[in-house]
Amino acid sequence: MLAKRIIPCLDVKDGWTVKGTNFLELREAGDPVELGKAYSRQGADELVFLDITASHEGRKTFTDMVQRVAAETDIPFTVGGGISELSDVERMLSAGADKVSINSAALRRPQLIDEIATRFGSQVCVVAIDAKQDAGGWTCYLNGGRIPTDRNLFDWAREANNRGAGEILFTSMNHDGVKQGFACDALSRLASELTIPVIASGGAGKLEDFRDVFLSGHADAALAASVFHFGQISIPELKQYLRKENINVRL
Amino acid sequence: MKVAIVKYNAGNIFSVVHALQRIGVEPLLTDSAKELRSADRVVFPGQGEASGAMHYLRERGLDEVIRSLTQPVLGICIGQQLMCRHSEEGDTDCLGIFDADVKRFVPLRHEDKIPHMGWNSLSPCFPLPMSESTSPAVAAPLFKSLPQRGSREGTPFVYFVHSYYVPVCKDTIAVCDYIHPFSAAMQKDNFFATQFHPEKSGAVGQQILRNFLELNR
Repeated sequence: MLAKRIIPCLDVKDGWTVKGTNFLELREAGDPVELGKAYSRQGADELVFLDITASHEGRKTFTDMVQRVAAETDIPFTVGGGISELSDVERMLSAGADKVSINSAALRRPQLIDEIATRFGSQVCVVAIDAKQDAGGWTCYLNGGRIPTDRNLFDWAREANNRGAGEILFTSMNHDGVKQGFACDALSRLASELTIPVIASGGAGKLEDFRDVFLSGHADAALAASVFHFGQISIPELKQYLRKENINVRL
Repeated sequence: MKVAIVKYNAGNIFSVVHALQRIGVEPLLTDSAKELRSADRVVFPGQGEASGAMHYLRERGLDEVIRSLTQPVLGICIGQQLMCRHSEEGDTDCLGIFDADVKRFVPLRHEDKIPHMGWNSLSPCFPLPMSESTSPAVAAPLFKSLPQRGSREGTPFVYFVHSYYVPVCKDTIAVCDYIHPFSAAMQKDNFFATQFHPEKSGAVGQQILRNFLELNR
């Protein structure tokens, strides 16, 4: 049976992780490559590296980092941030990334999904969606949650699915950073409406949140950043717990 | 030891190069018949599409070269599929090393998503020749000494990404169950193959690659 995946997410700026970490065994906690290797040793199933650099020079640094990650880690990894055209995807895949995640660029030009899927295969195309629930339902946002669109989460996710996305990475802006659990209702609806895997993001605070995201949210994977980076939850502990809850995870 | 990787048009071969480098081997990426024939080990990796890949191999005579190799050969992912007789992908005639035909997954339930992507468990088959071991994880030479980490009750997890599969057949040495059982690994004579990506399968995958390098000829 396919295992449910646990995915730590690292924000990278100018080649360095932005958030601090509590990894005692790491001398250079800021180095995303070292951090990624540490997570891999702990049993992370995949890694996500998000480039939050704005500058051109920063992009080059990020590409160098991707090459190092590819050389030094032995699990699949996704890269995202600033990918807006096919040539960006090509650059990331040539550097050794297994998948790319696209967000605002796909909302602005949905055809990008078709292009990536046709050229490189659906499995490399992760469509990330930041959405917020308000009185009118779930609305998709651009630019890291700064600009609202007129797109509804479920409509957009279905469209991305139909255009050839390989996975949907859904971040609930209502739940992100609050640490009170994932958006299980919305996730469960996505899981029932889509034919591709859903990665849940936003809201992880305690072990039970991960159980719930798999059992009630029917997510295929759960992504988190700070609970792992600050050592509130360790991946081995989390996986042992999930196994005890009868959730199929890779130990 | 000279390890050659078949250079052809099936993407992301570099992850295999990196994985071999991590275990201390500097592989040679080549499409030269002479280099491939003289190597101690040949790896036939790849992600990609079957008909384009076979066309490329035939144009360069590499199909004949691969079929005639006598040293241990390891096909990975599309490599395993191309080592079969025929693939439904592009209705392609393949190398015909394994007596099996490659089929496309057909979902039976909503939960059956295509491609099959992620970590799934590997069950080495019984009985295997040359082994009296009772532990499945050590039954085949490719699967000996697998680390407990990454395993569940002795069943190792490995990383898959594929939409086509090889049904279970007489050359199957390990099975994975997704929608239905299929060939996760195969062997016939000196030809080995895995549907999963050992180069992306953590410590378990690394040990499988080591085992391949340490096979007796």
